[in-house]
This record gives sequence, structure tokens and C-alpha cells, in this order.
Amino acid sequence: MTSLPTAPSTKRLGLVIDLDICVGCHACAVACKEWNSGGHAGPLTDFAPYGADPDGVWFNRVHSFEVTDGYNDTNTVHFPRSCLHCETPACVTVCPTGASFKRAEDGIVLVAEDLCIGCKLCSWACPYGAREYDANEGVMKKCTLCVDRIYNENLDAAERVPACVSCCPVSARHFGDLGDDKSDISRLVAARGGVDLMPELGYKPINQYLPPRPRRNRGGETGAGDSLADIAPPDAGGSTLHPFLRWVDRVLSD
Amino acid sequence: MHPAFSVIVFTVSSGIGYGMLFWLAINATLGNLSILAVRVWPADLWFGLVAFGIAFIAIVAGLLSSTFHLGHPERAWRAFSQWRSSWLSREGVASVLTFVPTGLFAIGWIFLGDSSGWWLAAGIVGAACCLATVYCTAMIYGSLRPIKAWNLSDVPMVYLALSLASGAVWLGPIARIFAIPFGWSDLFVPVALALAAVLKWRYWARIDAIHRGDGTGRMPTRGSAIGLPESKSVQPLDPPHTQQNYLMKEMGFAVARRHATKLRRLSLLLLFALPALAWLLALFLAPLLQIVVLAIGALAMTIGLPIERWLFFAEAKHTVMLYYRGSELG
Repeated sequence: MTSLPTAPSTKRLGLVIDLDICVGCHACAVACKEWNSGGHAGPLTDFAPYGADPDGVWFNRVHSFEVTDGYNDTNTVHFPRSCLHCETPACVTVCPTGASFKRAEDGIVLVAEDLCIGCKLCSWACPYGAREYDANEGVMKKCTLCVDRIYNENLDAAERVPACVSCCPVSARHFGDLGDDKSDISRLVAARGGVDLMPELGYKPINQYLPPRPRRNRGGETGAGDSLADIAPPDAGGSTLHPFLRWVDRVLSD
Repeated sequence: MHPAFSVIVFTVSSGIGYGMLFWLAINATLGNLSILAVRVWPADLWFGLVAFGIAFIAIVAGLLSSTFHLGHPERAWRAFSQWRSSWLSREGVASVLTFVPTGLFAIGWIFLGDSSGWWLAAGIVGAACCLATVYCTAMIYGSLRPIKAWNLSDVPMVYLALSLASGAVWLGPIARIFAIPFGWSDLFVPVALALAAVLKWRYWARIDAIHRGDGTGRMPTRGSAIGLPESKSVQPLDPPHTQQNYLMKEMGFAVARRHATKLRRLSLLLLFALPALAWLLALFLAPLLQIVVLAIGALAMTIGLPIERWLFFAEAKHTVMLYYRGSELG
């Protein structure tokens, strides 16, 4: 049923991605591809993977941006992009067949691939590009929030998180219940000022992104002294002398 | 947005068919009104057979064409199930329901020679169903918030106006072949053409304003797409993949955009100027020449519609392209 759940649970599982920490290593994208090639959504078809024009289905893509904020303050921001499991996902409501649905119990947005007719309308309705069409299987595919891992009691408790979270080498990705104000990740979002992507469109994404912390360019911004001159020895190279006197000093010293 | 050939054929062809059925019902209503001195639009067998035949063939061909771009056409029947939330599903349901009253209307007209009473009532219900179906078709596009050039109230109005205009333009030469008296209902042609031209012109002015950045409402920016404040300037540095992926092929289509001005002029000429000129010329010509001139007008319109529809896709930009290089939404 592609109408949204009428009585959703308060549980809203999702990801929090820290753009301050992410180093753009693409490990999350690769781990996602690896796990999901064998999971519910698998295979994630590749076309000509070793050819001149490789193409394929990925649920997670890491973009790198140059972010400039005035003179002399340019950062590289690495941005992993995946399904945000929106509270009001138009990708679900536009689906004509009932293949797309949002789970009432935890808010995960899924595609039942054996009901999908491959009309691609959901990918048009998603502003974030979370859905990719598998031309080989003729159906739409998307991030499952690793629904086949997070509830899987055959795995160790520590492994019951999405593949992208478990593999992140810098812990830039966090998984949890964003519907619970007291959960660790909800507190992280509150502390760091987590944001919705494209709030203008009103999709109410569950996943939150933590913006990069303000850049600390100069010593003074870290609490250290503004300049090393403050801590230099008073007679270091006669640095307090007038340049003319320094020249005279050097000439007479020869 | 990538203009899929099958989707263009679908909206153009079914639009012409629904427009023809609409005008057949409206004209039959006029024909039955006793205030007119001359009995117009009689339920003529051969005219009915050809006009209804072309209309239904156009509709069925369009609907079949729409299934060609599906990954699983054999599952298309599932698309009738989600009419509560999905405009695509509503379009499917409406298109099937429309066959019932319009089919009855056609049976009365063709086989019983009767386009009055209950048969006419079925025709009028059918005309309303035709409008509803075209509206649903347009809302498949009009309801998509990530595509600003589509998410406008102008979109269903343009689709409806073009469906009505093309239906009227097609009926003209067919009615003359069978020497159907049509009285002043012939005026529907220039009126529908003028309405469609004005609405299409207004649509283009509106999307130009949006793409210039002085559209109404807040638009997503590169900054808001990655969760950074407006004050930051954000430029793509490294893409996630070296070659084009599904998203870029489907949403990043930019070929016809480069030729937009030329194609707009061409579609104005084919869609509106030539059919209107043909209608005007026909007023002064002998019956046989009328048929020729009006058929040329209908042909021009039928070539112009796919160009207009192609542009409708090619000029529409999707927010996902904010993540990629060289594709500002503005």
C-alpha cells in the first residue's frame, strides 16, 4: 500500500552523518554495495564494470564539494548521499503498484521488487536521487537501511547496524532511533545542530547531517596565542630592534 | 529530464483521442439543442465509425505505448491498485473507466444512429471522464516537487488545452470528408487553439522566470542539498563515479535544452499558427480543398505536439542534479 502509514510508530530508524569527520574514503559506499549485492535487494547489477563506460546500481554515493566562505576559507566537504527514509516520502505515494512502502513500525522505506513494474516515477519523485533503476532486472532499487542486518539475530549484536555504519573507519556515520529524543544519535543531532537536506521541499528526511564545525584558521581561534612573537624570547635575533639598527648591528658584527 | 519516446507518444496520442471524444459529445449536445435552426452533428454511421475509431485507436495506442518504458510490462495491471495516493494509478483507473461511457456513446451513435437521450447522457459523462483522465495524466508530472518546471498549476491546464485543441483540429477534416453540418461549432477550433497558445506561452514565461531565479517560493540550492547555510558557496569537486549513472542519464538530459528557443518557435508554428491558418483558409475554399487544408493543419499539430512534449521534458530540471557538476538548478 503506497499510502503512508496512518498510525506510524514513534520509532524512526535512520542515519546521522557527520560531514565534519567524513574523509570521503568511499568505504561506506563499497561496504553497502558488498552487503546489498547479497541481501534482499541483490544483486546490484553492474554494467560493463571493467569496460570503458562502467555503470551500475549503488545505494550510497560519496560526492566531494569545495565549500568557500569568503577569502582564505575554503574547505573540502565529503558528502555521502543515500536514502533519507523521509517522514513524507513522495517516492512512496507516487508508486502506482504498492511496491514502494514505508514501514509503520520503524519508518524504513522499502521497495518490494516482485511488485515493481519499473515505471521509474519514484526516482523522479525523490529529490535526493536515492533510487536507482536496475535495467537488468527491470525494477527500482534503493537503500534498505540494511533491514536484513539490523534485526538479524544470526549476527552478533555489534553487527546489527547498517553495513555503511559498521565499516566507517572514522565513525562519521551513526545509526539509531531518531524518533526517541533520548537516544544517543538524537542527542548528537541536538548537540551538533543536525540539519535536514533540502528542507524547502518538505519531505521531512529522517536522516540528519551534521555540518562541518567552524574552521579554526588561526592560533587565537583555538585558545592558543595569536602569534608566536608573544612567546618568543625577548632577545631572539634582536627581533625588537628597528630594521635599520639591525642592519647596523649586522655590519658592525662582521 | 530525459524525454522517453514511449511516454511522449502516450501523452500526445491519448490526448488527441480524448480531445476528439470530448468534442464529439459537446457537438452532439449542440446538435440536439432545438434552439439551433439547422440540425448539426447528426449521428451519421460512417462519420461515427471513422471519428470514434480514430479516437479509440489513438487512446489505446497511447496507453499501450506507455507500457513500453516499463521494466515489467506484464505487471502493469498492478498499477490500477494505488489510486488513493498515486496520480499514475489514478490515470490508469480513469483511462479504463472512460471506456465505459464513451463506448456506450459510440455504440448509440454508430450502431443505433442515436446520439440523444441516454446515449447523449453517456457521451456527456464520457466527456467529463476524458477531461479527468487527461488531468490525471498531467498531474503525474504536476505533482512532482523536485521538478520545479513541472510542479505548477499551469501543467494540467496546458495538457487539457492541448488535448482539446488537438481533438478539435482532428475532427475538422473528418467531419468535412463526410459532409457533416457543424454550424457555428466550427468556432471551437480557433477558440481552443487560442486558449492553448496563451496557456503554453504563459507556461514558458513562468519556467523562464523560475530558471532565472525569480520564481516564487524557496528553491533548493547546492548548499541546502548538502545541509550547508546559504552564505557558503558550494562547488562540486569530485563526483562519486567516473561515468554517467542512471540518475544523470534520466534526470540530467540537456540536449534539447540548448535548442530550446528554436524548438519553442517551431512548436508555436506547428501547434498553433499552421492549424489556425488552415482553419481560416478553409472558410474561403471549396469543400474538397477544405479537407486538404484542414488535414495539413491536423498533420502540423500532430508533428508539433511531440516537439512540445519533448521540450516539456528537456527543459525540466531535477533537484538531484544539484549534486553533480555543471547543472545548477537555477
